[in-house]
Amino acid sequence: MYKAKVYITLRKSILDPKGKAAYQALQNLGLTEVKDVRIGKFIEINIDADSEEKAFELAETACTKLLANEVMEDFRIEIE
Amino acid sequence: MSKKIGVIVFPGSNCDHDAYHAMKHVMNAETKFLWHKDTDLSGIDLLIVPGGFSYGDYLRSGAIARFSPIMNAVQKYVKQGSPVLGICNGFQILLEANLLPGAMLHNEKLRFVCKNVHIRVESTRSPFTAGLKTGQVLNVPVSHGEGNYFIDDEGLKKLEDHDQIAFRYCNEQGEITEESNFNGSVSAIAGITNEAGNVLGMMPHPERAMEDILGSTDGIPFFQSMFNELEIA
Repeated sequence: MYKAKVYITLRKSILDPKGKAAYQALQNLGLTEVKDVRIGKFIEINIDADSEEKAFELAETACTKLLANEVMEDFRIEIE
Repeated sequence: MSKKIGVIVFPGSNCDHDAYHAMKHVMNAETKFLWHKDTDLSGIDLLIVPGGFSYGDYLRSGAIARFSPIMNAVQKYVKQGSPVLGICNGFQILLEANLLPGAMLHNEKLRFVCKNVHIRVESTRSPFTAGLKTGQVLNVPVSHGEGNYFIDDEGLKKLEDHDQIAFRYCNEQGEITEESNFNGSVSAIAGITNEAGNVLGMMPHPERAMEDILGSTDGIPFFQSMFNELEIA
């Protein structure tokens, strides 16, 4: 059994209003060293596959078909 | 035989009855509900994908609804050139189903916005707006948290080149200002059509602007123009 960790973030060119709001709040907290905040999604998928490559492929299919909308989001997969 | 309008009901749709009421009781058209598990769209002459929060907006608005059994039938229905109108969540579903280009982001100011706004008719190319005038201003309500339409520069150019932008947010005078584009949409886009012109997606709710008691009747000329064009009695 493999575990896929999927990170989904808004594409860099897209303004992230939630990240911006969190950034502002962190500035108000006095954490002025914080220079940027981007908020995304984290998804864990347990996959029954024969190999790490197959698990990755399956997770990739899951991302492109459903979990991420590539019009506005990027995704990154880590297999454990 | 009179023509029939179908309104899809997903788990979590909540403007399905608004659309049904507007079509059946205000426009006096034969109208029926279609369950998301239905797979037969035969006999339907205009399909409405209504607003709401299908599947609780889990993951992204419209992302799960796109996999409902009825959506295969909708894909075929669109391919054969039949007309589909997606309102609000319906628009989001059509985007997720790749029946329209682009995607929806959270409103720029992160607030759910529920108020009457003005939209300007930008194109009369499709049967949905053929009876309206370019530049005509309609007063219609919006009610959404994720209506910030996004498309990349290349996609926007394509929309413009093919005259696919149906509506833009504007002020009462029909001018597009920073303030009138309250959700931050690319190019103030409020509604678009597909290239073929038989699918219209729009965030505002014309079906909620059909009676004086609701504050505006500007939905009537919109639907009337569509009915004339599609020859719906």
